[in-house]
Amino acid sequence: MAGYNTSSSRPLPRLDSDNRAFWTGGEAGELRIHHCADCGGWTHPPKPVCRHCLSEHVAPKAVSGTGVIDTYTINHQKWFPGMEVPFVIARVALDGAPGVILTTNIVGSPVEAVDIGDKVRVKFEAHGDVWLPLFEKAAA
Amino acid sequence: MKPIEAYISGVGQSEVGMRLTRHPLLLTVDAVKEALAEAGLSIAQIDGVSTYPGKVPAMPGFSPVGADELVDALGIRATWYAGGGEITSQLGAVVAAAAAVRAGLARHVICFRTVYEAAAVARPDEYPVQRGDRATGNSQWFSPFNALSAATWTAQYAMRHVKKYGLTREQLAQIALTDRKHALLNPRAMIREPLTMDGYLAARMISDPLCLFDCDRFSDASTVLIVSAGDALDEVQCTPVRIAAMAGSVERLSWDQAEWMACYATGRDLWKRTDYKPADVDTAQLYDGFSFQCLAWIESLGFCDVGEGGKFIEGGTRIALDGELPLNTFGGQLGAGRLHGFGFAHEAVTQLRGNAGERQVRRAGGRAPRVAVAASGGGPLATALLLTRD
Repeated sequence: MAGYNTSSSRPLPRLDSDNRAFWTGGEAGELRIHHCADCGGWTHPPKPVCRHCLSEHVAPKAVSGTGVIDTYTINHQKWFPGMEVPFVIARVALDGAPGVILTTNIVGSPVEAVDIGDKVRVKFEAHGDVWLPLFEKAAA
Repeated sequence: MKPIEAYISGVGQSEVGMRLTRHPLLLTVDAVKEALAEAGLSIAQIDGVSTYPGKVPAMPGFSPVGADELVDALGIRATWYAGGGEITSQLGAVVAAAAAVRAGLARHVICFRTVYEAAAVARPDEYPVQRGDRATGNSQWFSPFNALSAATWTAQYAMRHVKKYGLTREQLAQIALTDRKHALLNPRAMIREPLTMDGYLAARMISDPLCLFDCDRFSDASTVLIVSAGDALDEVQCTPVRIAAMAGSVERLSWDQAEWMACYATGRDLWKRTDYKPADVDTAQLYDGFSFQCLAWIESLGFCDVGEGGKFIEGGTRIALDGELPLNTFGGQLGAGRLHGFGFAHEAVTQLRGNAGERQVRRAGGRAPRVAVAASGGGPLATALLLTRD
């Protein structure tokens, strides 16, 4: 159920004041997650309030860009015509930002080479005004 | 004053099919009439309406009829009504109705879920999906990665079971195989063709480990349950089924931030609100929009330990009609059609009344079931109902 009128191979997010730092940080090579200056907690998806202490002193902050695969699936279904399959959809738990998990794709390795617990590193892919944080396996 | 208990009186269901041409409001009226007839109630006695997820204009097939429309169409004099998607999954609409009758806000509430997804796909000019050019809201966190279906989100939880607990395809197959076997005994089931293990294993993969037969198919149907107040049962002709306990929960709605699906918390909570135990359950009707969600519900409700669901359903004998936990006896959504949550409660009530015909569960000594559990929701939303024939 693609549900988007797009010519891109990926439906892209609409940028707004909450999500712009996340989706454009890749231009500077930074993965930016909302961080609280008061309690040090991380809030994702980004919102103008800390989900741990309700402080409004939250702002995007660069994290290391590494993480661990929490779980994944190999998608075989073409959800819209022309979609290239198979590919890996994964949840990546970010290093240095406890509790933050990103849905993403693992690229740069055969789909069968991906496993839970694999260490991965962000690799941004530019699509117009959006830099998608994809991940590839980190060298062992 | 004695607290008012909530009961389910009449239940009803329209024709269930794919690409039906009957108007979705008329399907809803069909189900309402059947439920009213079973309860021996007239529309004049109905004073409440509850539905999930309310009318969704952007996706008319997903929810073509709202509470507003039904109230108006049937001339219902409602003292309470509700309809919306921000609730603990489909059967949350029944929980809301039960809370309303317990509070004295209404006496007989029509709860309904009408789906028209197959017809809408077939007739897009009449039922157009409103598409944007960009992803917004929670969708933006999946769509750019082409994680475009709940199949891909659910598959990731399933994969964790595969890797962590050794869940096999042969084990998971038992949900689909059991559903399809039971659907053969349900005259209203949408898919009435047998499925073999070989057929299951040969099916194309959708999102590993979920194959085609692990995913429900769009259907067109309406399901109705009437929730009645305990002090209004003298107006009801059928055997009332008591809502003995209810539970629900919501996890992080972006799906990916949640450690586990919401059913695990809901299952635990249900048993805190009753003296019944999992061993008392005579039949379980558990959400299976994707097969793995059903397996997760079996674990969540304590029928086995977390991680043991695969072993529990292995071979299918425990969940067969004559097994220790007769499961999804109407065929579930994988066999009976994507009734979207309400089918599970409809079947639980039908079984408790002994009205299930060829698929009727008989417990030791030939008795009809006395205790049933119905559950809806997968991912971040979950609702469970414990239903009893007192």
